[in-house]
Amino acid sequence: MLDIRNLNARVEETEILRNLSLRIKPGEVHAIMGPNGAGKSTLGNVLSGRPGYEATSGEVEFNGKNLLDMGIEERAREGLFLAFQYPVEIPGVSNMEFLKASVDARRKHLGLPELSSFDFMKIARETSKRVSLDAAFLKRGVNEGFSGGEKKRNEILQMMLLEPSLCILDETDSGLDIDALQVVAAGVNSMRSAERSFIVVTHYQRLLDFIIPDYVHVLAGGRIVKSGGKELALELEAKGYAWLEDEVA
Amino acid sequence: MSETSPQDFKHLALSLAGAQDSAPWLDSLRFTGTEQWLEAQWPGRRTELWKYTPLASLQRGQFASWGSAQAYTLAEHALLSLDAIRLVFVNGQFDAQASAGDVAGVVRFSKADAAQQALIEARLGKIVDTKRHLFASLSNAWTQDGVLVHVPKNTKLELPIYIVHVSTPEATPATANHRVLVVLEESAQAEIIEHFISDEQAQNGFVNSLTEIQVGANAHLSHYRMNLEEEHIIHIGGVHINLASNAQYLGFTLSEGSQLKRIDYQICHKGKGAHAGLNGVYLPRNEHLLDYHTNVEHEAPHCTTSEVFRGIIADSARAVFNGRIHIHPDAQKTLAELSNKNLLTSDKAEVDTKPELEIYADDVKCAHGATVSQLDQTSMFYLRSRGLCEKQARTMLSFGFINELLQDLPQQAVREHLHRHLTQLFDKDHFAS
Repeated sequence: MLDIRNLNARVEETEILRNLSLRIKPGEVHAIMGPNGAGKSTLGNVLSGRPGYEATSGEVEFNGKNLLDMGIEERAREGLFLAFQYPVEIPGVSNMEFLKASVDARRKHLGLPELSSFDFMKIARETSKRVSLDAAFLKRGVNEGFSGGEKKRNEILQMMLLEPSLCILDETDSGLDIDALQVVAAGVNSMRSAERSFIVVTHYQRLLDFIIPDYVHVLAGGRIVKSGGKELALELEAKGYAWLEDEVA
Repeated sequence: MSETSPQDFKHLALSLAGAQDSAPWLDSLRFTGTEQWLEAQWPGRRTELWKYTPLASLQRGQFASWGSAQAYTLAEHALLSLDAIRLVFVNGQFDAQASAGDVAGVVRFSKADAAQQALIEARLGKIVDTKRHLFASLSNAWTQDGVLVHVPKNTKLELPIYIVHVSTPEATPATANHRVLVVLEESAQAEIIEHFISDEQAQNGFVNSLTEIQVGANAHLSHYRMNLEEEHIIHIGGVHINLASNAQYLGFTLSEGSQLKRIDYQICHKGKGAHAGLNGVYLPRNEHLLDYHTNVEHEAPHCTTSEVFRGIIADSARAVFNGRIHIHPDAQKTLAELSNKNLLTSDKAEVDTKPELEIYADDVKCAHGATVSQLDQTSMFYLRSRGLCEKQARTMLSFGFINELLQDLPQQAVREHLHRHLTQLFDKDHFAS
């Protein structure tokens, strides 16, 4: 699914990721944890092609193709999805039109026919129910005036509609209360399948009570310093990150 | 073609004034207009109100004849689909065929009865300040017909008044004079839509338009004005509004660019407690020059103004926005807000924006601001990360920028027409490059 080999990346002039390697097979859920400033969000941004995040060396293979050669929209159409830590508000652009345009782009890429507006609206309404987002939000501007939790649920809604093969959740738990967290987690869990993989980036173990990962990696100083099973998350919760940073140093 | 000198242009324009029959009772307005037009100083670079808007293309235009009455079939898609009292003017000439029959309260000047004539004489040319508006003098000099909308006390017009002005192809560059007078008596209500369009084959034309509006105490007017004429049509227009106490004016205006368009809005709060809301959108492209000047005079206390203008300037076009709010010493407890935002979609696009706030009262709340920017890069990334290509993302963001003002328009027919029309326009790339 995804094979990251010796990836180095920088944001503007600062080197953030150092020699990072990670292999993800279809159906796996990998959690990436780590202290603030470890480069967790940078990883998601580099993988999705965000301008300003530059891979300086290393390779990333996504479904057998060279990911770093692809444009932003190409990666998305190929099935990579980044759930933003801070989803953008775009007043004046209707959420429904935006969602339809993105689903149309993905379907076209897959050689599927465009959905009629009627069919799409029906699907969008049903899907928004699954993330407890009132259908009225579909008519509003993209994320316009949405609360933090509503924005995150809108991200999961997009993910469900686009049916990506690799989902990267960038601190999706930040700013969520426990109810919203459960809604988001249930949405993610309903999407889990043998073909679809997840990278769950989080600072706290809490999210991983609801989305049980297959692997947990600790990112510090721009590389993976420790990997393990789900129990590693609990250990981190109990001990913090400092001991690992000491270990590495 | 070379420019006519200001003096020659003035005389050429006036030679048209005598070329049509007009009712004698309008003579005094025409005489005053003629005098003021001849005496007025021609705008130049040092004229504050015309600083960024040269009139060269007008002076080059050789507008030596009136637009001709033509049997013209209006394309359905060019019009609003709307149940309304429709009045159609083709090249400035009334088209009875395409227009509604006689309706109470709506009459052309040329058909006005004695009482209506008296009303027109009392108001026409009196709401506009001709000292500040040169082309209003010309309009006065030219006036031989126009539309009067008169809504009596406590009356609500059930249907909107829909006034369509079409410019069609002519043998030589032609001129049209459009004149509208709206008088809402106390507690009256009406909705008026002015829609300017041109046939795509239309060549050089000059449209001088003037709309004067009196909103009586507690009366309520919704007013839409769309200037969608293309490329070759020069339009100089003014909307002048007086508001009595507790009157409400809600205006919306949208203009596409052309070789020269200049639209003035003048709103006077004459009585206390009045409210004016004015939203506008301007979309010049190619080599267009599009200028909006708005001026709000707060003469009475407890009045409110909310004004939002947004523009997208594409290609090598230039936009001018000047928004002035003037709070007079007696206008205590005024609430006034003015916002102007501009999006430039090309390196060669230009906007000159100037919000002006003059406050002579001490207990008021006012805010104004102007911005000029390019598309937000984070939003671009967000859309593209969902699979939209760059062009699609740009179009969506640009459209969203003005759609904020379109999506809440109460008049569904206007909203849907503009949405359809602008979607086509935006698909042509200018606003997404």
